[in-house]
Amino acid sequence: MSTKHYLLTLVLLVTAPVLKATPDIQHWQTEHGVDVYFVAADEIPIVDIHVVFDAGSARDGDHAGVAGMALGMLADGADGMSANAISQAFESVGAEYGTSLDRDMASVKLRTLAEEEARTAAVDMLIKVLSEPDFPQSDFEREQQRSLVGLQAKKQKPGSVASDAFYAALYGDHPYAHPTSGTEDSIKALTPADLRAFHEKHYTASNATIAVVGALTRDEVEDLANRLVARLPAGESLPALADVPAATSSEERIEFPSSQTHILIGTPVVERKDPDYFPLYVGNHVLGGGGMVTRLFNSIREERGLSYSVYSYFYPLAKSGPFVAGLQTSTAQADAALEVLRNEIRDYIENGPTADELEASKQNITGGFPLRIDSNSSIVSYLAVIGFYDLPLDYLDKFNDRVEAVTREDIVDAFQRRLDVAEFDTIMVGRQPDDNADD
Amino acid sequence: MPRKLLTGGLTAALLLAVAPAQATKVQEYELDNGLQLFVQQDERAPVVNSMVWYGVGGSYELPGKTGIAHALEHMMFQGTDKYPDGEFSEIISANGGEENAFTGADYTAYYQKLEASRLPISFELEADRMRNLLLKEADFEKEIEVIKEERRMRTEDNPQSFTYETAMATAYQTSPYGQPIVGWMHDLHNLTVDDLRDWYDRWYAPNNARLVVVGDVEPDAVHELAQKHFADIPRAEVTPPAPRPEVEQRGMKRVKVQRPAQLPYLMMSYKVPVLKTTLLDDTAAGVAEWEPYALEVLVGILDGGDSARFSRDLVRESRVAASAGASYNMTARLPTSLLTLSGTPAQGHDVDELEQALREQVAKLKDKPVEAAELERIKTQVVASDVYQRDSVFYQGYLIGLLETVGLDWRMIDEYVGKVQAVTPEQVQEVAKKYLTDDRLTIAELEPLASESLMPALPAPTSEEDDHVH
Repeated sequence: MSTKHYLLTLVLLVTAPVLKATPDIQHWQTEHGVDVYFVAADEIPIVDIHVVFDAGSARDGDHAGVAGMALGMLADGADGMSANAISQAFESVGAEYGTSLDRDMASVKLRTLAEEEARTAAVDMLIKVLSEPDFPQSDFEREQQRSLVGLQAKKQKPGSVASDAFYAALYGDHPYAHPTSGTEDSIKALTPADLRAFHEKHYTASNATIAVVGALTRDEVEDLANRLVARLPAGESLPALADVPAATSSEERIEFPSSQTHILIGTPVVERKDPDYFPLYVGNHVLGGGGMVTRLFNSIREERGLSYSVYSYFYPLAKSGPFVAGLQTSTAQADAALEVLRNEIRDYIENGPTADELEASKQNITGGFPLRIDSNSSIVSYLAVIGFYDLPLDYLDKFNDRVEAVTREDIVDAFQRRLDVAEFDTIMVGRQPDDNADD
Repeated sequence: MPRKLLTGGLTAALLLAVAPAQATKVQEYELDNGLQLFVQQDERAPVVNSMVWYGVGGSYELPGKTGIAHALEHMMFQGTDKYPDGEFSEIISANGGEENAFTGADYTAYYQKLEASRLPISFELEADRMRNLLLKEADFEKEIEVIKEERRMRTEDNPQSFTYETAMATAYQTSPYGQPIVGWMHDLHNLTVDDLRDWYDRWYAPNNARLVVVGDVEPDAVHELAQKHFADIPRAEVTPPAPRPEVEQRGMKRVKVQRPAQLPYLMMSYKVPVLKTTLLDDTAAGVAEWEPYALEVLVGILDGGDSARFSRDLVRESRVAASAGASYNMTARLPTSLLTLSGTPAQGHDVDELEQALREQVAKLKDKPVEAAELERIKTQVVASDVYQRDSVFYQGYLIGLLETVGLDWRMIDEYVGKVQAVTPEQVQEVAKKYLTDDRLTIAELEPLASESLMPALPAPTSEEDDHVH
């Protein structure tokens, strides 16, 4: 890419912004030793609460899908209350209850009005849901069936089929390998007793982190946090997950009746607290992470018109999370697109970004920092990640400095040490060459 | 679970809710060339969301030329003399911005989210591409291939989206709402750069645009800045498209879509009025102002959360549905829109049983007034979500732009909560009786084909949600 003088002109159009400080994060432990992260935000009379457990699908053990079903069923019966009564309790005060699951984390989320009566009703319900879920047999059977329907729905999406195959290829026997939602066989084998046992072991004070953002005082949040976990068993911290085995390359082509072929390539690389994280993150911004101005976007979409969406990212996890690059294109040109994708990445690993590219990416990341923390909902998610992965409290304060500190040499060094296209796994989901298909 | 095709009931309710308890403070301006400017202050973070909404979208297109609005949206990123090639996106990126664009049936909108002091960059670039787009043949030849890939990804290879597209094309006989926003594939094959140039010249003018700015800004300063960048752009003559009203439906329609898929899927769409219907003198015959709000509440009764009737009765009680949803877009520009019930049958049940269950739900709404507690829940949710929405500068701008572009008024954001709260059980019952009838109904069913029986070639149609993003 050539030097872009116009960038300079336009950047200089504006005076150097005086940024408001990053959020003031308060951190303490509850009476039961649970970490609490709180940011006071008085502008809107709402409260966001995330309670996060080390209970992601990597903790499924021999029961793939148990983490997801246990989390999903917390509000399907608790302390003798039915699913109907629980949903009414939340919704009659305007509260929004939800959950999300990834390989590491199980998150229980509540958004409520700050007003005391509504908030107390919603939080009281949340406490029961977290501490005393019943996993009733009849509700279990229904949710088991719905999970199976969900797995079937995934099978009609080529992107989902590709993603499941990708993680299986990268992680082999490691607990990151199986789909977060389990498999047909594993879901069919589950019982309510499995869910209860999982809950008992994982939904404990030792295993919890609380994040709160909203229009409350420190005292109010201290009280709220103490109450949230008071009825959880103390439990024990779980052992760390196993390390991810060394990468080995593979290529899998999966038959699928679609007009496009979905392509995913990548390898396990990066941990949350990885010393190479910032060089990898900033470096990938140039390669395929920075939206509509990346190497991959320019080469595959802007120059060749091969794909609507093309991207790459590092997904940091507790253990080596993946580097992923992907696109989807008409099947007839899939092999050509795969070659361009691999070549671009190979070239980037070898040569790294130009000075101009690196500067432009740093400007985007640091200049866009205020956008990342411009809402209560985005801040509470950051708090949960900081708490769960035990990142430093000044993670947000230092974020821009650490981005600025990354040099071209850091990126080349980190990419060359950590990524080798020859070791990538490749997944292609679509019609296979014999089908002779096009539209 | 299968994703609901459209926004769910509660989301539909959220769609109009913003900052009611305290009135929305929007400053309104109009430049001499007809450009309207709306500024809302939100000082919580040093951020600004700047949007340009053009009064044109998929429903302005003629048969044979579908997909133009969306294709032009893509080409708006392909450069002007002053900022050629990808410079637009490079400049926004180097300034830490997020940007994108979306095309709906009734609008084409572009936005940048930036650190607040960088608003001039957004205005400089948007003013430039309002009139100076190059539209080079070579760029178009490449970009139309990207759009076809987008269509393949979103529609052809997604059986529920494919069913949705067929359902719309079946429900609407004469209204342009039956056309897919991304365009039929054969129209994409036939579009030319000259078609796009005509479109651009005809619709992209200051007097057909609304500039919406929400964030940590000072309204009068924004107005001054808008003057500086946009005031010199000449007004153009903008002629509305010839009316293509939907003819009255004379009986139920039913369509079956056979695609390779794993799960069946059912959509039941009823022709209903919207807010605009109640404002138009000639078509307003018999549509009271409260009716769209009563339909909004009706959707909330069915699908406004886990305690609403669909989750309670169909998913948890009778267990006939693995998932079920209801949706209604009260802010459509044209007076005839759809209220859609949809779902996936649970294992051991089929679409006929699901249809029967959905019909029983409709019958129940007609037979008995909704319970006071149900209505109370909806009203509480509306008030709460109204407060929650203030957490997003994007969404606040979205509502203002949407309402103004379809010919409504941003002040309706404030009226929304009160109007919903005024809805009575009898009014919900009345709109159910009046509109949820078979002669207004189109039923679309996705019948999964086993992969083995596939023919190699699968031609086909589009659209999943309302908006197609660049």
